[in-house]
Amino acid sequence: MTAVPVNAVQSVPDAIESPGRRAWRRLKARKSALFGLVVIVLLVIMAVFAPQIAPYDPIKQSWTLVRKAPSAAYWFGTDEVGRDLLSRIIFGARASLSAGVISVGIAILAGVPLGLLAGYAGGWVDGVIGRLTDAMLAVPFLILAIALAAFLGPSLGNAMIAIGVTATPIFVRLTRGQTLSVKNEDYVEAARAVGNPPIRIAVRHILPNILPALMVQATLTIATAIIAEASLSFLGLGQQPPLPSWGSMLNSAQRFLSNAPWMAVWPGLAIFITVISFNLLGDGLRDALDPRSK
Amino acid sequence: MRPLLKALIAATCLAASGGAALSQSTIRIGLAEDPDVLDPSLARTYVGRIVFASLCDKLFDIDEKLNVVPQLALSHATSDDGKQVTIKLRPGVKFHDGEPMDAAAVKYSLERHMTMQGSFRRPELSSVDKVEVVDPLTVRLDLKAPFSPLIAQLTDRAGMMVSPKAAAEAGDKFGQKPICAGPFKFVERVQQDRIVLEKHADYWNKANIHFDRVVFQPIVDSTVRLANLRSGQLDLIERALATDIKEIRANPKLKLASVVELGYQGVTMNIDNKDAGKTSLGQDPRVRQAFAAAIDRKAINEVVFNGEFVPGNQWISPENPYFQQSFPVPGRDVEKAKKLLKESGVKLPVTVDFMVPNGPETRQVAEVIQAMTAEAGFDVKIRVTEFATSLIQAEQGNYQAYMLAWSGRTDPDGNSFIFHACNQPQNYGKYCNKDVDALLTEARAKNGIEARKPIYEKATKILQEEGSVLYLYHRKVLIAHSDKVDGYRQMPDGLVRLTGTKFK
Amino acid sequence: MLSLIGKRLLQLIPTVFFVSVIIFSLQQLLPGDPALIMAGEEKDPEVIEQIRKQYRLDQPVPVQYLYWMKGVLSGDLGESMRIKVPVADLVMEKLPVTLQLATMAMIIALVIGVGLGVVSAVKQGRAIDYAVNVFGLIGISTPNFWLGIMMIFFFAVHLGWLPASGYVSPFDDFWASMKTTIMPAFVLGNSIAGVLMRHTRSAMLQAMSSDYVRTARAKGLSEKVVIIKHAMRNALTPIITLGALEFGTLLSGAVLTEQIFTIPGFGKLIVDAVFNRDYAVVQGVVLVTATTYIVLNLLADIGYILVNPRLRG
Repeated sequence: MTAVPVNAVQSVPDAIESPGRRAWRRLKARKSALFGLVVIVLLVIMAVFAPQIAPYDPIKQSWTLVRKAPSAAYWFGTDEVGRDLLSRIIFGARASLSAGVISVGIAILAGVPLGLLAGYAGGWVDGVIGRLTDAMLAVPFLILAIALAAFLGPSLGNAMIAIGVTATPIFVRLTRGQTLSVKNEDYVEAARAVGNPPIRIAVRHILPNILPALMVQATLTIATAIIAEASLSFLGLGQQPPLPSWGSMLNSAQRFLSNAPWMAVWPGLAIFITVISFNLLGDGLRDALDPRSK
Repeated sequence: MRPLLKALIAATCLAASGGAALSQSTIRIGLAEDPDVLDPSLARTYVGRIVFASLCDKLFDIDEKLNVVPQLALSHATSDDGKQVTIKLRPGVKFHDGEPMDAAAVKYSLERHMTMQGSFRRPELSSVDKVEVVDPLTVRLDLKAPFSPLIAQLTDRAGMMVSPKAAAEAGDKFGQKPICAGPFKFVERVQQDRIVLEKHADYWNKANIHFDRVVFQPIVDSTVRLANLRSGQLDLIERALATDIKEIRANPKLKLASVVELGYQGVTMNIDNKDAGKTSLGQDPRVRQAFAAAIDRKAINEVVFNGEFVPGNQWISPENPYFQQSFPVPGRDVEKAKKLLKESGVKLPVTVDFMVPNGPETRQVAEVIQAMTAEAGFDVKIRVTEFATSLIQAEQGNYQAYMLAWSGRTDPDGNSFIFHACNQPQNYGKYCNKDVDALLTEARAKNGIEARKPIYEKATKILQEEGSVLYLYHRKVLIAHSDKVDGYRQMPDGLVRLTGTKFK
Repeated sequence: MLSLIGKRLLQLIPTVFFVSVIIFSLQQLLPGDPALIMAGEEKDPEVIEQIRKQYRLDQPVPVQYLYWMKGVLSGDLGESMRIKVPVADLVMEKLPVTLQLATMAMIIALVIGVGLGVVSAVKQGRAIDYAVNVFGLIGISTPNFWLGIMMIFFFAVHLGWLPASGYVSPFDDFWASMKTTIMPAFVLGNSIAGVLMRHTRSAMLQAMSSDYVRTARAKGLSEKVVIIKHAMRNALTPIITLGALEFGTLLSGAVLTEQIFTIPGFGKLIVDAVFNRDYAVVQGVVLVTATTYIVLNLLADIGYILVNPRLRG
């Protein structure tokens, strides 16, 4: 690490530092996590400002420039109908990032409350939610997703819903387990004793404690979701042509692996960098949010 | 590496290679899909027909020029009124179980095709009223009405003969161990892994069979299929990709056999199937003509298939004798398309719900069409749909344009009647024109290309104007094999026949 | 403790019941008419009608479910519509293949994943930690089909060391079997190794900062002993749970890898059946793999209880 002089005056003592501030300070101290965060921010900027950044129209075909290797004019080469791959990678970030983030968002929104409910209520509620989660986890992920996506109709949005629903049981299970382990801690007992309503207890006392584990799982699942979108679009159930997603680009590259390998390299690399960044950030967040660690 | 381990590996390699050299000659064939049930009456898939070509002989076969030639039968004669077909059988033919292949067996097999529960041959033989045994080597088919495509039907699954004894014993389980009269008999099948056949010792044409065993292996991924051929795991693969042809030709150890398919690739327009047919595309032929004029068939072929396929505008390819030369494949004409749209007075852009069954190549073609028609004023929305779903949606009229592939039949009737006649099963757009109906029915009753082609020409003229199906191109059947496979001949139906083929 | 295991065993029943309901609802969700798909290109209405009757597709779904349940309870999983073979036969045919591939993949995943996870935890924050992390992430984020095809090009086509695809049973020829399964097993194992590595790392880190490891260190035990005897043992429990989960997923989730390497296992069978709307196969095979998955989970839980006496109660 480069030597940064520590200014004792500016550094705030732990005792009065808010949890958010503390987490941010810790996160900043981890170069790898910071790297992940920076890359993700850059990817988001790329997705949002895709029309301004992309050198060409991502759906403009030129039939005389089919499957051309990278060149000065087309840095990443062209695809199977002569579209600029760089522009498609830039626009594809929109589909792939949202496929990852939104489907995990859906899974968290559905899974965390259910998990809290199961863990907090116990009894038959826990039993039913628990068995249903087990059952959903036992059915192959791809089969569930295919069935849901085929039922909802082919589109990127529906693919996200399908992936989100299928990923929900993981979050139910995780939240329930974490809830059970903190439910009987003294501070939760105390909060209950002074008459706090269950929802308040769940949100104020239990949720913050399970956040680190949730973060790690979320970043891992974002990776799975991005790859799941690729599988679904392989089956025609994801992003619809001509708009790009990295997954569908990778899939169309499959037929040309031997005669146009660059077509697979860029989307593969894009997925890789995104997944790695989310994971690095997730690791950092876990450490930063863990109230037990320094 | 430790010496012992080294020796062990060397020994294993030796054993493996020695074993291969000593074993009988086995040809290994890579299929693009896993076939369905191996019962000629119940089978439905194209890939299954490739296996049947080695397993079950038919009454008749086709040659390179699509002529009907004898196989299990020697000849056929149609009565003057066209309602009786007499078939002479080849003497001395035996099924794999040693039972004789005689007139009684033919009667049994045909009746099985016609009556068995769930038989897909029933519609193919629907013109047959009854089958009579004249003598042990002669059968007579009595028809309900004259039907010239019948003999062509008997060159495919409907003409496959099964051992009556085995079929009666096995019932609907016959497909698990089929007993036919083909050059190879069934040994074993592991689903999604392999189908093994071995030489039929009593085969009528055994002098021309040079392999002891045939192993079919379904390998879905085309890149992997080709890799297996290149590494010597397979001797022959079917359905190589057009975009891989260059690589195959460049490889001195590989050979390519190709032929234009009997079928076609096209776009079916929804004319009158529920609400989606009530749009300008469905109602106004000019809009459909504009759509067609905006498409550059040659460019599609160049972009997606490296120029290896054959652009087309009819239900048979330009190489087929039934191709109507008076309607040549048109070039692209965007101005004409724009003009037609203007004449029809539709509001631009014309949105089109384009249902595309999922598949890497169809998807690519759809994207090119989307870009081409956009220049004329169409806004095509591609809806990639998994195949099984697309079938029901086509049936329910839930599309405006539907990308459809047809594997093709030997007789032109099989490529036209069920697509264009009113209320026929493949007529998804519910196109219905009494004149076309009458013409297609008339062609069914006439024999010979001289009599039938002019009738089809009239039908083609109407259909070209109405544009209920937009024909795009004809694929090539691409069979790649290693250079040690010698004497392989490709027939136009794309199936793999091993008669006369051997290892060098 | 026995009562706890008994209770978990009892929980199996509702879970498997829910699984059967989910699978059956899937068939309602999927658009498309199996009879129409079965009817092939000619689509004779009579044939379609017959297929509907034969497979009871004309009956209401709950009735179909009851018929199916009745069959399942008497050991009959039904018959494949597409190839007219009993589903139970298909299951028996694919089970050894799937088990072999899953086991090999799991061994590879455990060796790579746990090994690297421990190294990375011990060397936390050093260069090797980052290197190992990146390696693990490459495993997670490389699509299986891509890695698979690359390996085929390199090992089968270029070097000619291994067959490009196919499957040989180890009972027919052990070495040939290893040769045909090593690449797919590596591809599958590699993707799991990354996940295992990350969880091992965090479990190890947690274990190493725990009181008993501190105590062990304070007692002056060597670092090696502390890591292997104390930290690793405690980090093992989450690895067992995760391992069981991943193994269960391998039973049915190796679809694309099976397709690339043409391994006739469960994953490909199920997905093909979904696309052919061969309901009996989907239902039967998913029921079998799901039940196996649930039982594996149960075994992992029991193992968890056994090594973690504190949880007994």
